[in-house]
This record gives sequence, structure tokens and C-alpha cells, in this order.
Amino acid sequence: MDIKRKLVVIGGSAGSLEVIMHILPSLDAKLNIPVIIVIHRKNAYESLLARLLSSKTSLIVKEAEEKENILPGHIYLAPADYHLLIEKNFTFSLDYSEKINFSRPSIDVTFECAAEAYESNLVCILLSGANADGVEGLKTVKKYNGIAAIQDPTSAEVSFMPQQALQQVPIDHIFKEAEIADFINNL
Amino acid sequence: MERIVKDKEADELLNDLLEIYGYDFTEYSRASIKRRINRLLVLDKFPGFAAFRYKVRSDETYLKRVVEELTVNVTEMFRDPSFYRLLREEILPVLATHPFIRIWHAGVSTGEEVYSMAILLHEANLLHKSLLYGTDINPAVLEKAQKGFFPLAQMKLYSENYILSGGACDFSSYYTARYGQAKINEFLKEKMIFSTHNLVSDRSFNEFQMILCRNVLIYFDKELQDKVFKLFDNSLELFGFLALGLKETMKFSPIAKKFKLLKANDKIWRKIA
Ligand SMILES: C[S@@+](CC[C@H](N)C(=O)[O-])C[C@H]1O[C@@H](n2cnc3c(N)ncnc32)[C@H](O)[C@@H]1O
Repeated sequence: MDIKRKLVVIGGSAGSLEVIMHILPSLDAKLNIPVIIVIHRKNAYESLLARLLSSKTSLIVKEAEEKENILPGHIYLAPADYHLLIEKNFTFSLDYSEKINFSRPSIDVTFECAAEAYESNLVCILLSGANADGVEGLKTVKKYNGIAAIQDPTSAEVSFMPQQALQQVPIDHIFKEAEIADFINNL
Repeated sequence: MERIVKDKEADELLNDLLEIYGYDFTEYSRASIKRRINRLLVLDKFPGFAAFRYKVRSDETYLKRVVEELTVNVTEMFRDPSFYRLLREEILPVLATHPFIRIWHAGVSTGEEVYSMAILLHEANLLHKSLLYGTDINPAVLEKAQKGFFPLAQMKLYSENYILSGGACDFSSYYTARYGQAKINEFLKEKMIFSTHNLVSDRSFNEFQMILCRNVLIYFDKELQDKVFKLFDNSLELFGFLALGLKETMKFSPIAKKFKLLKANDKIWRKIA
């Protein structure tokens, strides 16, 4: 392999959907990296959410399917009520096991699997939220020399999640909402 | 979860399970089975992987727990109500034309799915001429399924699911509450047979009008999925139905040509060749 595969994973809970809605329109139409989005939500949102998000960008937005190849320029959404896992051959697996941090999909699960598969070519960004899902995952990201980033807790709608990350993990970047898309475009 | 089991360690454990006990998890989705191994190691507080491996290799009674915990057993009654609505409205009327109905629930776990089916069949007045086979790799979940006790706290959710699936009776008439448990009425059990069956290594044992295998194949890699699809093809009569979980598909399997998807979102196929 000549160029190393890169991956961005964005996790968020309460107050994160608005942030993602702001990031998507600013992403480069020629973005050459896959982006995975894991947000907590009620099951009822299901198919609506993928459609809502795809209205914000010309990039392909779709729900991640099991065994699907992870392709650059695609934005994948973790399906409601399943954990989204990543295999070392850069495909997805779904898993309906116990909730983690009261959540399924759990951000920790996807961050941790992503770290094992993409190692230092990974950026994980944790946004606004009211629980600590994702914090353990960021620790694993750092263990594999990936980049751990958070939304600035002072500007997040719900600061708890990024705040916890800041206290427990050596964070590489603290972003204001408007800085996130630029950072991804320049990876 | 703290400790992370290495790929090499996972391989060693899976090899042990295969060579010593004949349980083959080597073709399970790797990321998922690794998480399960890791979870068990942490839950049972092993100081390290070597101690865990030694326990598995040397203590046959611990194997039961390993099989229980490496597989995922989470299930619900009337999980995905729209799926059960489709069964009710479009599949059961077709099954009703048979003199005798045989249904196989592969990977039935603790049985919530097969009891839901029994309720549907009962309401369609078909239960008396049906036989429901519930199989699983894990004997412990089958024991629970056989008993037909479910946590009372879940009944509110199940009752909501039941209503969403088009159920018009009083759901609480199907169980009696005692000591925090809901005991499913005996008559629903009469047509059920539970048995261990390993989809990886066991063969076809009958011909069915319908097979349900929901939320099991997501744990298998592509090659194993294809093998299991072949097993199902061999176990299904012509014009029989195959139901998968909402996130599963047979679209890419070699036998796909012989099956027709009934409705895009509900994952029920009909064998047409
Ligand atoms: C998540 S549960 C699915 C329960 C139910 N079908 C549902 O959709 O709610 C998966 C079940 O598959 C079983 N299973 C895993 N590997 C199996 C195998 N090789 N053969 C048979 N059953 C297996 C597990 O023991 C578990 O009970």
C-alpha cells in the first residue's frame, strides 16, 4: 500500500446533531477520507437521519451496512440500536450486544475498533453530550498514536462529554464548532 | 474496557476451542469476537491472557461460560414490530394453506422470538397444526427458552411491540406474573421443540416452510454466512420463506438467485427455485 488509509470518526450525544449539521456543508466535495458518525438517538429517527444529513452535503451519506467496505469520500452513519465495529480489513461489522454506557451504538466501541484497525491514521472527535461514552475510546486512540480531538466544552451545548475527555485523555485538539470541517478537509 | 486482547491471542484461544472442544468460532466476525473475548477476560478478572487461556484449556466446566459469553444472546419479544406485522398480514395467510406448518428458529437464544411466533400463530388459529423448532449453539439459553419465564420489567416494552405489530388482544393474557417474572402460558409452548444445533458444523435436519435466523449472521464472516445460506437452502421447501434480521442480507450470497426479496425493509425472502 502506498498511501496509508485514513479515517475520521465523530462521536456525539445530546447537542451534537446541530454541530454535525454545521460540519457537513463545509466538507470538501472532493474529500478523500471516509468519515464515520456515531451519535446517540432514539430509534425512531432511524432512516430520517441519513436523509437529513445527506441534504447537507454532496458527499455520499449512508447508513453503515455489515461487511461493507469503508470507502474514501463516504460519510457513514452508525445504525440505530446496533454497535458499529470496524474490521482490520477495513469493513464494517454490526453487533447487537449489551448497551455500553447505556448506549447502542456506543461511541467507545467504534473508537476502539477504529483505533485497532487504523492506528495512527485515525482522528476521533468527541462532541457535545451528557454522558461519558467515547472517553474510554479516546484513550485507546491515543494508545495507538491516533489523534484525539474534542469540541470545546465551553462552546458545546452540553459540556459533560468533552469535559470528561479533557480531564482523562491527552487531547490533541480542542475545536470550536466552525474549525472542525477545515481540520478534516486538510487531513 | 481496559485490557485489549491481541489478534494473536484471539487466534490462540479460537484454536484451543476448536481443537480441544470442537467449537469453531474461527469464522466469526473478528472485531466482534475479539471484543467478546476481551469482555470475558475483564468480567472474570483474569490477571492476563495467559491465565485466561490456561483456564479455558484445563477446565472443561468453564467452557460452558465461554460459549455463553462469546455469543451475543440479547433478544426481545416482537423485536422490530413491522417485521411481525408483515408475518401476520402476508406470510401467515400463505402458511395457512399448508396442512402442516414447520418453522425453524435458528439462533433462537432465550426464546422470545419463538414465543412471539406462537402468539401470532395462535391468533391466526394456526398453532394447532404448527411445529416450532428453536435451536441454538448455546444450551444455557435453550434451557431458559424451554422454561418460558421472562423478566416482568420487560413486559411493558413487549406489550408495546405487540400492539405495534398489529396485535389486537390483551397481551397480558399470555402470561402470569409471579415473583418479578412473567410466566408464558403453557399452551403456547405445546408446539415447541428446543435443541442445540450449531450452524457452523451441524447439518440440515428437516424441511421447513419457514426459517427465521435473525441477528445471528451479523456475527459471521462472509464465507461462513454463505455456508449457512446453503444449509438454509437445503432445509427449506420450494416457496418457503427465509427471514433475517433487519441489518442482514442474502443479496451477495451464491444462492441469492434462487430467492426473491418480498419487501425491501423487512428482510423476508421466498425460495422460488
Ligand atoms: C443476538 S441472538 C438473536 C436472537 C433472536 N434471533 C433475535 O433476533 O432476537 C444470537 C443467537 O445466535 C446464537 N448463535 C451464535 N452462533 C451460533 C451458531 N454457530 N449456531 C447456532 N446458534 C448460534 C447465539 O447463541 C445467540 O443466542
